[in-house]
Amino acid sequence: MNTVVAQLQRQFQDYIVSLYQQGFLDNQFTELRNLQDEGTPDFVSEVVSLFFDDCAKLINNMSRSLEQPENVDFKQVDSGVHQLKGSSSSVGARRVKNVCISFKECCDVHNREGCLRCLQQVDYEYKMLKTKLEDLFKLEQRILQAGGTIPQVDIK
Amino acid sequence: MAEVIRPEKLDISNDTSSLASPELLHVLAVDDSIVDRKFIERLLRVSSCRVTLVDSATRALQYLGLDGENGSVGFEDLKINLIMTDYSMPGMTGYELLKKIKESSAFREIPVVIMSSENIIPRIDRCLEEGAEDFLLKPVKLADVKRLRDSLMKADERAFKNIMHKRELEANDIYSQLKRAKI
Repeated sequence: MNTVVAQLQRQFQDYIVSLYQQGFLDNQFTELRNLQDEGTPDFVSEVVSLFFDDCAKLINNMSRSLEQPENVDFKQVDSGVHQLKGSSSSVGARRVKNVCISFKECCDVHNREGCLRCLQQVDYEYKMLKTKLEDLFKLEQRILQAGGTIPQVDIK
Repeated sequence: MAEVIRPEKLDISNDTSSLASPELLHVLAVDDSIVDRKFIERLLRVSSCRVTLVDSATRALQYLGLDGENGSVGFEDLKINLIMTDYSMPGMTGYELLKKIKESSAFREIPVVIMSSENIIPRIDRCLEEGAEDFLLKPVKLADVKRLRDSLMKADERAFKNIMHKRELEANDIYSQLKRAKI
């Protein structure tokens, strides 16, 4: 039984470290994990869930604003990017945040094509992160069910 | 001869109740982002604060009863010790909210902290000039929240001590007068 837990914990450790190394997550995600305790075991998953819902909503709105080439509401798009950048920053979604930086630049110069590319990229990135974190949370559940504790991971 | 009441027996009521239960610093947090609201709520709870969350400056004013509509809860019942607001919000900004609060006789003493994801010096200056207690860059750190809480507690403690000292002086004064009058 012991070794099963140890194995799972190792798996978890390796997986989360790889997410940081590949740039999916940054320090802010660590901050979120540190705010979670036994009394609030779902805090991180709840925050990221809200984040992903937010992404879907904002991307949908921006997509509509960018739809008609002659009639792009860049103010709306800019507002959406700003919100997306803010919330991705708050959860430590590093790749999503970085796309937002480029996205804002395209928006500032009213580059519709550039905006559409960024929109596609940001959509891809948030969905990718969502899948990765779902896998991470599943691993957590497996550790807990096996009677283990979730390791505190120190990311250098 | 009537008994002279010594100063230390005077009933000094404790009306600075915020010190009686130090864990219940009540913070009003204003942010249009649901993610950020969830995050700041956690930071504040971890720092032993009571939190009220609203999603706009308008709602904040409604909560405080400053929106011109009558029939809100009285100030004493609300007992907000700190307002933390996002700067960029649709409709009314955090800066405009700050101004409205500082214009209000009932609420201008409440410290207001502005939070922003953008490190724009003129913006920070403007907020501080308008009377903001502090300006925090997002994402807000737990250390920032704890620092705020500690400095508010100290300010409360100082205010409380000042009140106690003043009353002690007044009580001593009365005592001396009574003694002199040989009552």
